[in-house]
Amino acid sequence: MKLLALDTATEACSCALLCDETQFERSVMTTRHHAELILPMIDEMMQQANLRPQQLDAVVMGCGPGSFTGLRIACGVAQGIAFAAEVPIIPISSLAALAQAAYRDKGMTHVLAAIDARMGEVYWGEYILGENKLMQLCGEEIVCPPESVKLLENSAAYGVGSGWMAYNTVLLKALGTVTAISVETETTYPQASAMLPLAAAAFEQGLAVSPELALPIYLRNKVVHGS
Amino acid sequence: MRVLGIETSCDETGVAVYDLEQGLLGHCLYSQVELHAQYGGVVPELASRDHIRKILPLVREVLTTTATTPQQLDGIAYTAGPGLVGALLVGAAVGRSLAWSYDVPAIGVHHLEGHLLAAMLEDPAPKFPFLSLLVSGGHTQLIKVLGLGQYQILGESVDDAAGEAFDKTAKLLGLGYPGGAVLANLATHGDPKRFTFPRPMVNRQGLDFSFSGLKTQVMTTWKAQASQDEQTRADVARAFEDAVVDTLVIKCRRALQQTHLTRLVIAGGVGANQRLRQQLSALANSLKVKVFYPRPEFCTDNGAMIAYAGCCRLAAGERASLGFNATPRWALHNLQIPRTATK
Ligand SMILES: Nc1ncnc2c1ncn2[C@@H]1O[C@H](COP(=O)(O)OP(=O)(O)OP(=O)(O)O)[C@@H](O)[C@H]1O
Ligand SMILES: [Mg+2]
Repeated sequence: MKLLALDTATEACSCALLCDETQFERSVMTTRHHAELILPMIDEMMQQANLRPQQLDAVVMGCGPGSFTGLRIACGVAQGIAFAAEVPIIPISSLAALAQAAYRDKGMTHVLAAIDARMGEVYWGEYILGENKLMQLCGEEIVCPPESVKLLENSAAYGVGSGWMAYNTVLLKALGTVTAISVETETTYPQASAMLPLAAAAFEQGLAVSPELALPIYLRNKVVHGS
Repeated sequence: MRVLGIETSCDETGVAVYDLEQGLLGHCLYSQVELHAQYGGVVPELASRDHIRKILPLVREVLTTTATTPQQLDGIAYTAGPGLVGALLVGAAVGRSLAWSYDVPAIGVHHLEGHLLAAMLEDPAPKFPFLSLLVSGGHTQLIKVLGLGQYQILGESVDDAAGEAFDKTAKLLGLGYPGGAVLANLATHGDPKRFTFPRPMVNRQGLDFSFSGLKTQVMTTWKAQASQDEQTRADVARAFEDAVVDTLVIKCRRALQQTHLTRLVIAGGVGANQRLRQQLSALANSLKVKVFYPRPEFCTDNGAMIAYAGCCRLAAGERASLGFNATPRWALHNLQIPRTATK
């Protein structure tokens, strides 16, 4: 299977390639240069793998939640490549990518992923390890004030993402003391490479969609002041 | 050479295919006007969200209706600025990555260069050099156009653009947003003699414009009316339109006389205005100058003008880099004649 993944939802800008048994990846941190960086990164990685877009089986897009503009950069690029290559798109959540990376890198099986949503809110998703070493969402991903997050599972949990950096104390207080919660010491950001295993499974389950149907998941939909 | 053009600078998603030998092959447009009307102005975040929903379906539609295969495409053009940054980025992201995937060059087009060159899509097309009157929602400029990328601004609005004045006046007359075309329509039923508004800045030397005072005059007059009936509304609309059109015509005359240019080319949304077209044609006749208009649908934002301008620059060897970007503020006079990329 050949999958190209990309994500520009947060301060991280990353792409990754699954080329049968081999994997490639690129990742940089940037505040606002995702548009300038992402295609050159993809181009260089594809050249290293000696692969053309037309040889892909699907494009994996980090669909959010995250920065609105960032989501549309990833979506626009994924749509352009997938349309031209005549392949479908597999949208993968940025919170799921955080959770999957915590399992991959640290063996965490119950992950509380939080991305700073600004305006006093966090994007929030609770993940537990499911079948085939894949993290699975409990309940729904939401955007809410850090004071109102709730735990759905009882096992010891691990907090990841920029939401924890911004609201560590508030989040811990909201979650209570019943469950042991540890928090990453260095903030991690969604990475395209962590989307690949989730995307490969989704692809096999037939969850890839036609390029024009792959759209950002903003979560925050109240964008007009006073409406 | 065949180029796909994408326009997403504001509230219309436009896509077109232009062929250097065969001309414009097809174009389509999705307007978000209704979406924003309820807010009385364009909401940038909503505009961006709509562009990303509509862009690929339009690309697919245009490629299908023009029977263009990927192998026939020699380049992709997208609007790179000026405009709303989030909206521009959608077109740039899709356009730049389509080009990368098809392994053809891309070009980021200046939106106003697109407007300026829109009349080139008509038959007969103007030849360089010409005087351009650019009258859009965001711009009012008189430009000496010597060639592709050679634009000398002779005069411009010091405050509101002509289209902005139309829209603001329409709003205060209760005609909704954006009401420029509605106001123009209403004005056709108006009595031109009942009210008269001053022609701003015509007594001043030079080729600059000012339209913000006019809007205030209209407001004062409108509020003073004991009966704000339909006829009065039409009469005020007519007087406003006459004042704007007259001002534009007077400055065009002055610019043509100063520059000795023999071609006048209209560009931008207000260029769709019928009375403006009549008056400019009369002016051109009296000065023995030829006047060129884009068809009304190419006066307002569209993909065809971007495909055309992009095709010209690509044909001249200009190339966008692989990293894309949007330039929300970008002065027309900063444009250059096409520079051939080193790679
Ligand atoms: N018949 C008409 N009479 C007067 N004004 C009109 C008419 N039709 C359209 N307009 C005006 O044209 C403007 C839209 O033109 P256009 O799409 O070229 O502007 P824009 O893209 O918003 O601005 P810019 O290109 O400067 O960024 C609006 O202000 C609209 O009211
Ligand atoms: Mg315009």
